[in-house]
Amino acid sequence: MIYLHNVGRYFLMIKKMFQKPTKWSVMKHLILKDIDDLIIGSLGIVAFISFFVGGVITIQTALNINNPLIPKYLVGFATRQSIILEFAPTFTSIIMAGKVGSFITSSIGTMRVTEQIDALEVMGVNSLNYLIFPKVTALMLYPFAIAVGMFLGILGGMAACVYGGYTSLEDYILGLQTDFDGFHMTYAFIKTFIFAFILATIPSYYGYYMKGGALEVGKASTTSFVWTAVVIILLNYVLTDMLLG
Amino acid sequence: MIKVTNLQKSFGETQVLKGISTTFEKGKTNLIIGQSGSGKTVLIKCLLGLFQYEGGTISYEGKQFSKLTEDQKRTLRGDIGMVFQGSALFDSMTIIENVMFPLRMFTNMNKSEMQDRANLVLKRVNLSDAHHKMPSEASGGMQKRVAIARAIVNNPKYLFCDEPNSGLDPKTAIVIDNLIQEITKEYNITTVINSHDMNSVMEIGETILFLKDGRKAWIGSKNTIFKTDNEVVTDFVYSSNLFKKVRKMYLEENS
Repeated sequence: MIYLHNVGRYFLMIKKMFQKPTKWSVMKHLILKDIDDLIIGSLGIVAFISFFVGGVITIQTALNINNPLIPKYLVGFATRQSIILEFAPTFTSIIMAGKVGSFITSSIGTMRVTEQIDALEVMGVNSLNYLIFPKVTALMLYPFAIAVGMFLGILGGMAACVYGGYTSLEDYILGLQTDFDGFHMTYAFIKTFIFAFILATIPSYYGYYMKGGALEVGKASTTSFVWTAVVIILLNYVLTDMLLG
Repeated sequence: MIKVTNLQKSFGETQVLKGISTTFEKGKTNLIIGQSGSGKTVLIKCLLGLFQYEGGTISYEGKQFSKLTEDQKRTLRGDIGMVFQGSALFDSMTIIENVMFPLRMFTNMNKSEMQDRANLVLKRVNLSDAHHKMPSEASGGMQKRVAIARAIVNNPKYLFCDEPNSGLDPKTAIVIDNLIQEITKEYNITTVINSHDMNSVMEIGETILFLKDGRKAWIGSKNTIFKTDNEVVTDFVYSSNLFKKVRKMYLEENS
């Protein structure tokens, strides 16, 4: 029953988030601040993880191709497919659920604990619009971070391949270009947009509706990470079946 | 003026407010006192519309709050200033940005007009040199004064204060009390203060509403509270030996 209550309240929160908008002159500053906090501030970790995971995918693929009949360029092909289809959109989003999600939950939760949200409501501000809408809008630039992740993942794979001596640069590039389907990029970015919305709203929900003190802020951050990850994994399955199945 | 009639509020099966009726008058400092858990904060949050109530009515200048449309409630909230117990300053903003916040949200003033107005109210609360500090860099007393400045910057008709003296030393508490009383007179607003501080009760309590277990147990003023023989009030207000002595001296002097 509590799950149904949370799902219903989550959708009501989204509806209210679009009502009674904050003045644009105020909102634009909030959006820019959230772009800085949520997107620009995450580029470093996305770049670091993507580069090294790209390298690991390449090494593992290369090491598992023992049959001489399998062409070496498949290493580049497998790396590209893994990174574009799954690693960059889905697994980076799980990592972001930890980084961005816990930041959103704890910052909004702290505002709840310290009555800052009550202060907004008393002034007649739609606190849901003021606090959550800029985060949703800022995270619409999340595909940019994912595109950077894709590029650096493939670059990391190339570095590992060439400097580790697993295959030649020419083979790796040939693999990258083999059977490239543009729709795979579309699929990846559709997923990314949806995950961005989830990354902004589920942590906001747990922060906004939390009750208690500092300890509960920590608990809310953990719960929000778990549910954001669960929803991303479930939606990943549904979207993959719908778009590629 | 705010009129409350037979207000009832429950959380689950626990009834917190059990039919409170009272009037908070304009131009006066109206204090709500009572033990922890007596329903003071719940009453204030019902008055502000932060809690929905099950029974009774709250009227602002004769207009029932629950019958107002969302737009009318929004307009009314523009006339309300609130000082929260923990000040509730926005910690991502400097002190002057906090004070300018209601102006940015609800007026069409340009930046210099907003700064002028914010400077004026900060000067009014004796904070002329802390504009660019963050709230975390300000002392408790300064934070309370910033919260008062933010609450009055939009010229409200109603000022609500939830335990404005909590966590303050006695000297700063008196400064805050006097400031609230002066502002109430100066702007001729309806001020409702929720307090535990007996010094505040004796100093600025022009109307004092005493709550006990969610009911109105007594209503009076700082002048009548010394003379009352209501046991519930005397047990609470004169629970310390110091206040017992003060009361005894007062009654001896006025007998």
